[in-house]
Amino acid sequence: MESVVEMKHIRKEFPGIVANDDISISLHKGEILALLGENGAGKSTLMSILFGLYAPDEGSIFIQGKETVIQNPTQANSLGIGMVHQHFKLVHNFTITENIILGMEPKKGFSIDTASAAKKIRDLSEHYGLNVDPEAKIEDVSVGMQQRVEILKMLYRDAEVLIFDEPTAVLTPQEIQDLMLIMKNLISEGKSIILITHKLKEIMAVADRCTVIRRGKVVGTVKVSETSQGAMAEMMVGRTVSFTVDKKTASFGEPILTVENLSVINSRKVLGLSKASFTVKKGEILGIAGVDGNGQSELVEALTGLYPLSEGTITLGGVDISRASIRERIHRGLAHIPEDRQRRGLVLEYSLEDNLILEVYASPPFSRCGFLDREEIRANAEKIISEFDVRAGQGAQTPARSLSGGNQQKAIVGREISHDPDLLLAVQPTRGLDVGSIEYIHRRLVEQRDSGKAVLLVSLELDEILDLADRIGVLYHGELSEIYDAKVLDEHSVGLMMAGVQQ
Amino acid sequence: MKVKLPKELTVAFIAVLLGLAAGSVLMALTGNNPFEGFSYLFRGGLMSLERIGNTLATATPLILTGLSVAFAFNTGLFNIGASGQLLFGGFCATAVGLTLVLPKPLILPLMMLAAILGGGLWGVIPGYLKARFNVHEVVATIMMNWISYWTVYYAVPAYFKGQFLETESRKIPDYASLKAGWLTGIFEGSYINLGLIVALAAVAVIALILRKTVLGYELKAAGFNRDASQYAGMNVNRSIILSMAISGGLAGLGGMTLYTGYATSIQIGILPSQGFDGIAVSLLGANTPLGVLFAAVFFGILHSGKGFMNAMTNVPPQIGDTIIATIIYFAATSVFIERGIDTLSKKLKTEGMSLKNLLPRARFRPKSDDGSVDHQSAAETSDDGKER
Repeated sequence: MESVVEMKHIRKEFPGIVANDDISISLHKGEILALLGENGAGKSTLMSILFGLYAPDEGSIFIQGKETVIQNPTQANSLGIGMVHQHFKLVHNFTITENIILGMEPKKGFSIDTASAAKKIRDLSEHYGLNVDPEAKIEDVSVGMQQRVEILKMLYRDAEVLIFDEPTAVLTPQEIQDLMLIMKNLISEGKSIILITHKLKEIMAVADRCTVIRRGKVVGTVKVSETSQGAMAEMMVGRTVSFTVDKKTASFGEPILTVENLSVINSRKVLGLSKASFTVKKGEILGIAGVDGNGQSELVEALTGLYPLSEGTITLGGVDISRASIRERIHRGLAHIPEDRQRRGLVLEYSLEDNLILEVYASPPFSRCGFLDREEIRANAEKIISEFDVRAGQGAQTPARSLSGGNQQKAIVGREISHDPDLLLAVQPTRGLDVGSIEYIHRRLVEQRDSGKAVLLVSLELDEILDLADRIGVLYHGELSEIYDAKVLDEHSVGLMMAGVQQ
Repeated sequence: MKVKLPKELTVAFIAVLLGLAAGSVLMALTGNNPFEGFSYLFRGGLMSLERIGNTLATATPLILTGLSVAFAFNTGLFNIGASGQLLFGGFCATAVGLTLVLPKPLILPLMMLAAILGGGLWGVIPGYLKARFNVHEVVATIMMNWISYWTVYYAVPAYFKGQFLETESRKIPDYASLKAGWLTGIFEGSYINLGLIVALAAVAVIALILRKTVLGYELKAAGFNRDASQYAGMNVNRSIILSMAISGGLAGLGGMTLYTGYATSIQIGILPSQGFDGIAVSLLGANTPLGVLFAAVFFGILHSGKGFMNAMTNVPPQIGDTIIATIIYFAATSVFIERGIDTLSKKLKTEGMSLKNLLPRARFRPKSDDGSVDHQSAAETSDDGKER
């Protein structure tokens, strides 16, 4: 079969690690090739090489059978390679047309010929079933639509090969299905697609072949029709993986957290959360599902005290903490695994041991009379490191920045659980982690629940919510749905609620 | 910290060498012998006890302003207003010294307190503006420099007018001066004064705060990552104000050593350059207290040696300033130097075998072309100059 892209024996080294080690892949015309691997396996590096962002140390790239050196993304574009980035690169107050022609504006005299561009975009949109209105402004359209704009941008530039980098991370289940359909349309029109993902389900649904990468090396390439999710996961991780979380039935106790009529007017002066009410009981995991930006951050920040609530009450362990300081809430037994571990959870410039006392540094035994007690701090760090299996090159003194994402997260989880909190608020606790770390952190959350503590899990990953939560609520446009028993819900019903469909 | 230090030391060292190299190119261009020029420059700063004393006296305010900038920098703030803080702190100390009549052991601590409070106030205001209204501290501290300048411009002639000159205050009386007979005696009548001890103590205290205390932990965390500090329940706004207060206080203390130690009166119409030099000192010292100490002394040598160089050779004194400026430039662009070291060490690591072949060749090269003034040989001559 004809290869549109062939990468042969690619090697790329960064200081200290070999990101790509003798990797060869080939993309056939008219197929979807999935690139599967854990975080840090080298998928993104490989695609950055193909897209001209990095130069390979060794190896060669063949486009349409011809050896090519790709020096920059512009050249990649002109070779017909387009990339849909995980984080969209769009100008929010521009129209869709303006965004698409940005950088290659068709000119008519001294002005930009938007009309003809809009027509071309409309034609493309119809041809591939993208359903995009060229006149709409980006800030007014949904995330799914923004992604389709990114796709159109590539098509407008006559891309033959489209690279999708984790495209489903920001979509609702229904939007994911739409995207799958679009991808199939694209290949039926003769385009070729490389799909970077770690979601096995999506590969099964849409890809033709799958190349698995582990630690910078190709483990193998399989035909999707001839394999199973389990087999691919095993190739990815290097051992068998359990997909289901072992969980005893919950034994609910008394309520720990009671939230009543909680409303938050966010920093954009919009009512981001409106009259949310729920309770979290001892011995349960309450899951809050929802697509990103539907009030999750407002809820979390109001609970933790990072942002003031405008209405309602929060009661933790029988005490009203609606207006308590962040530190007071921590002392009252609220622990928080933040969504963005590098922005909120860690001081990257600090050593691991210093990070592990981030909330408790000011009290004994970690400090006395204003002086830090280094021995106690070290001992605390070593305890968490061994208990939570944090792999750190230089032990307690490893700079937090040099830890891998998974180990950074384990350190935070360890720190928060070591405070022995009554309520653990876990926000996207496994975002961007590899399967092994996800498994581990899930197990820890369930342990926390089994020991009679309460866990409030806020996640965009629907599977995570369905796997872990005992009861589930869904946030949509700042409103929290009724809380359902997890047993009566499935992916479909939660997906509909995430899209705002009332049942 | 321990792992990082050698690299920063190398970077600072290379910056200094490059600066000196640039200086020797300039000397050569102006028709002078760089070897001779540098030997007089360093002799001017170090050749006698008196000159060493003067070098240290020159370095004293620089240590404190460098510390001021470095402390702010460690807590994520860019204090560009050390000049104004130094001026106002020095003014407050002078005011106390000229007003109260008390024995030395009593008045000096009072003056120190006044200097710290005055400089601290000049730091607190931008700190508060930043914490409360998110006014960038660079803008606010620059503004404060001018407020300080004009306040002193008005207050000195109005309340502390000198005997002969309108433009400076009365002379500080002996009992309120940081000059101490025994210290001046040791250094053969130089400008050296007790301010040096104050500065050394400040280095120790700041190092202690940054490394060992809860306060340092909190302030640094707020500087590195405001969001994480907030998440952990720290009061970030308080940290910002406190950092600026300490930073301003240090610069204010520097003002006291300048006007009641090194000099004997305070002049109006001058925004002291020591404040801006503090930024350079801090940069070259890699923003660490000990680094600041060494950088300040080095700058002290250059400052006090350039007059001697000017007197003994035809090298214009501006060359001394140019060298300082070039060093600052290289210290500020230390990222490039660091990157250079990285690629070099990586190359050497991967070509472990050729390293041995490479070294002797590198050693021979500068000797083979004597005539031209290339960077490497210039750096070598400057080293020789230092040793004399």
